Amino acid sequence: MKPFVLVDGIAAPFPRDNVDTDALIPSRETQSVVRTGYGEKLFANWRYQPGTRIEQPDFVLNREPYRHADLLIAGRNFGCGSSREAAVWSLEQFGIRCVVAQSFGSIFRNNCIRNGVLPVVLDEAESSRLMAQAEQPDARFTVDLARTTIVDAEGAEVAFSIDPLEQEMLLAGLDEVELTLRRREAIEAFQRRDREERPWIWARADRDRA
Amino acid sequence: MTTTSTERTGSRPNARTIIEKIWDQHVVVDLGHGSALLHLDRIFMHEKTGGRMLRGVRDGGRQPARPELVFGTFDHVIDTQPGRDDTTLFPGGAEFISLYRDEARRVHVPLIEIDDPRQGIVHVVSPELGIALPGTTFVCGDSHTSTVGAVGALAWGIGVTQGEHAIATQTLRQRWPGTMRVRFDGRPGPGVSAKDLALTLIGRYGATGGRGRAIELTGPAIEALDMAGRMTLCNMAVEFDAWTAIIAPDDKTMAFLEGTEYAPAGAAWDQAVASWRRLPSDDDAHFDDELTLDAGAVVPQVTWGTSPEHVVAIDGVVPDPSRARDAAARAAAERALAYSALTPGTAVETVPVDAAFIGSCTNSRLDDLRAAAAILRGRRVAEGVLAICVPGSTGVKHAAEAEGLDEVFREAGFEWRESGCSLCVYIQGDSFGTAQRVISTTNRNFENRQGAGVRSHLASPATVAASAVTGHITDPRRLAPAGPIRVVTP
Repeated sequence: MKPFVLVDGIAAPFPRDNVDTDALIPSRETQSVVRTGYGEKLFANWRYQPGTRIEQPDFVLNREPYRHADLLIAGRNFGCGSSREAAVWSLEQFGIRCVVAQSFGSIFRNNCIRNGVLPVVLDEAESSRLMAQAEQPDARFTVDLARTTIVDAEGAEVAFSIDPLEQEMLLAGLDEVELTLRRREAIEAFQRRDREERPWIWARADRDRA
Repeated sequence: MTTTSTERTGSRPNARTIIEKIWDQHVVVDLGHGSALLHLDRIFMHEKTGGRMLRGVRDGGRQPARPELVFGTFDHVIDTQPGRDDTTLFPGGAEFISLYRDEARRVHVPLIEIDDPRQGIVHVVSPELGIALPGTTFVCGDSHTSTVGAVGALAWGIGVTQGEHAIATQTLRQRWPGTMRVRFDGRPGPGVSAKDLALTLIGRYGATGGRGRAIELTGPAIEALDMAGRMTLCNMAVEFDAWTAIIAPDDKTMAFLEGTEYAPAGAAWDQAVASWRRLPSDDDAHFDDELTLDAGAVVPQVTWGTSPEHVVAIDGVVPDPSRARDAAARAAAERALAYSALTPGTAVETVPVDAAFIGSCTNSRLDDLRAAAAILRGRRVAEGVLAICVPGSTGVKHAAEAEGLDEVFREAGFEWRESGCSLCVYIQGDSFGTAQRVISTTNRNFENRQGAGVRSHLASPATVAASAVTGHITDPRRLAPAGPIRVVTP
């Protein structure tokens, strides 16, 4: 996973609640079994004229400077809906490394953390302030994950919080499976004990494979 | 909503919620900061992401840790037209199917195949076959995995990368979500279903009302619900921003599971049941949030916009966005109105529909089909309305056919399809044709969810059936069932 340490750049304002993953990437754009080629698919229904790749000129990510956005400032419940991870792949491959919102869909948020995209939750007042700044085209923001701060367009520091385990994983670009497999002994001990305590969890599954 | 990890501050060691009991049972390692490495009892896959997960595990040079705890079927990509096979209307579908099948075979995970009589939508078959059991941790690469919380499982949806982790380690790193109890008092009146309870809850508290919590659904209205209705409510909890939802197992749960293929049998069943009886929340257990809703006051509901929170009582009118709580909600409501091509103040019952869809992991079980058939018996769908029924599993389809429900649907003018996710989600290929406004038993009315430009109105099976008959959104209580459901002995 690509580490997330410091991102400095432009933020696209997206002042809308409940932006769902069907909007982030329509199902018909998920016809590939590979994880690449998703940047152009981001927001396809809103970004292009129907059935084409001709841009809708007034869509925020088609306007300068937001076509080079590194951050997205959104409303409540960003990424709600379908678990499709391609929603995050399309954001990341477009170039957006950080989404600021008042809340996130929980699966989308989990998917972000595992793809080097930082989800930042800010309260309504802070996120509205950043949204207003982002609407000024020369505004730049710096996200510093080690210090858990965003330096806004006016130079003010906005603190955010993140689970320390997730912070560590993002900063180092750690492979979560590798981390967990270091606990293999504990997992196997759990399973030996569980087979005794709850044999029904294991019995039929064993038979099915016999 | 997810902020930072929630510590279990209010938790009482001797008075725990069902959520805490299941969580505690599955902690392999306490990772600190409110996170734990949780053991997974069941991983369920489907063909849209299962192949990618298994391939990811292999590309990482790893093996499934416990393939005997991994299950899978086909539902998302496969067609639902009669005579279906590996070729799909969805372009590229065959590639998903073959990758999934090849990768599963390689690691000896048996899949419930397309033509298997046990096939169906993941969240319909996993409880139906007793794969989801009370007290289990259960994950699937689909957001509506919370559905199987209805049997007392702690079940949640995950992405592909988490799926790889789940398969490679049989665990997930999970942050404690905090708890919420939603109590449904009273009893819903005739013509009011679990779907109406769910939409009422989301309409009242908003699409973020669940705050990312694990939600226990309780109260007399929940106890009175059949298992299908409980699954509908747990399913829709995701549209309420629940991390998951769960209902404590009771006699109905045990009766539903006993004798299913993967449920324990004999002495193991007794041992399991004894354990499951200890799962319900202790009397003075602490919940971080509590909500109450009077089920007796609920009337049929229907959505008007592009979020499940855009909901009104069926005797209501399309709301005025200027009354939204703030600028962002107003912007969303205005945009939803434009997409929906509706005017504030319009009585929803006057809105015409040109398609009706009964199916999806929300409302495709036998009881759902019976509720729709009770309205459709002896009636015809209105001229020009495309009507489609997709049973949730092949098992449901066969059971419905044994009761003659397929004839009721066909005679009313409904297509009677094979089981799958079908038009709940438009994946290009299968479509509603030229239909622009669909009344649907599904879970999401998002823009373009059921087709480019398609406007979706979410409702119960009875409301969808009634609306199909009249050609406009209709309170099912206006159409008394035309007769008892005929049971045909095969």
